[in-house]
Amino acid sequence: MDIPFTVKLRDDTNLYNAKVGIWLFLGSEVMLFGALFSSYILLRVGAPAGTWPHGLLNVPIGAFNTIVLIVSSVTVVMSWASLKLGNPGKFRFYQAITLLCALSFLTIKSFEYRDKFTHYEIWKTDGTRMTGHIEGSPYFWSTRTLKDKKLDQVVFHPDPHHYAEPVQRHEAGGGAEHEGHAAISVPASEIARLSAFVPAHSTYFAIYFTLTALHGLHVFGGALVIGYLWGPGAKLWKTDPERFTNRIEISGLFWHFVDLVWIFLFPVLYLL
Amino acid sequence: MNDPQHVAKHVKTYLVVFGALILGTILTVAVYFKHFESVALAIAIALIIATVKASLVAGFFMHLVSERKTIYVIMAFTAFFFVGLMALTIWAMNDSPAMSGSTQRAPHPVAAPAHHVP
Repeated sequence: MDIPFTVKLRDDTNLYNAKVGIWLFLGSEVMLFGALFSSYILLRVGAPAGTWPHGLLNVPIGAFNTIVLIVSSVTVVMSWASLKLGNPGKFRFYQAITLLCALSFLTIKSFEYRDKFTHYEIWKTDGTRMTGHIEGSPYFWSTRTLKDKKLDQVVFHPDPHHYAEPVQRHEAGGGAEHEGHAAISVPASEIARLSAFVPAHSTYFAIYFTLTALHGLHVFGGALVIGYLWGPGAKLWKTDPERFTNRIEISGLFWHFVDLVWIFLFPVLYLL
Repeated sequence: MNDPQHVAKHVKTYLVVFGALILGTILTVAVYFKHFESVALAIAIALIIATVKASLVAGFFMHLVSERKTIYVIMAFTAFFFVGLMALTIWAMNDSPAMSGSTQRAPHPVAAPAHHVP
């Protein structure tokens, strides 16, 4: 049995069914990300003055990832146009670039995550705080780790600035966090709390990881679909080129949405 | 949008939009490094640029500038509820007097600055 309206347009909507379906889905996606953006705004404006971190994310890397996604959006639409013009070779070329862009985006993001998982904040018992790196760059240490490992001190490379201090933006955004001071020893007895920059660290990192991980999952899912249509799914071009072109249009619409979300995520998380 | 001539014409548009999106990204970063005194102004500029970029993607790459009525109806419902979601954040500002003025960065952190143990 053939699935109706995969190519032929319906009389009532003047569209093939998948197109109505993807737009309905994208509508629900707008509400999903909208709810999270709304939460972000509430958390941001509700945060006590001076507590919201600034300059902890690398702006040049974020900007580069933005350009990577924009390039992928263009190659997606160009691959669809290539099919419309009857050129499957160019389609494969453009979609290969799209897949490379998706891979690059996720790789860069994973390095950014890794950087956060090895970056720490120490709340001392005297009320002072400092950020930096623990000797050996261990992952996911917390206050409990000190007890579990029975450590009596931590060798720490503090950052030049704490994120709550008023520093020049260009200093903070360009990766100044790595220009740490010389190593110091912090006695475990003086550490009230120790946390890596993980969701449990603060509201900021909780919403940062929620938004970027959800977006990353969308990039991964979109890349899987595009990869399938680029590889084994491309057989359909030989038997039903119009239907295949429609599939590319649908996957492209999803990909553009993923790009669109990042266009807002970048300034909101990295710059504001 | 189905005939090859029409599509070929659109390819040029895609490339122009691509250029505009790259330019918008560079502009966003430039505004960040410019370091405006007013945080509200910096936020407004960044969000306006993001909105223009998003409109270009939705309008030309997703072909919303020339879609069918059904798609517009779906998007109209989405836009209505999305605006409602965002409006909630504005209404919520009245819940607490402290929230209305907290978007300005404090000159000094609440906590003491980092203290390095010698």
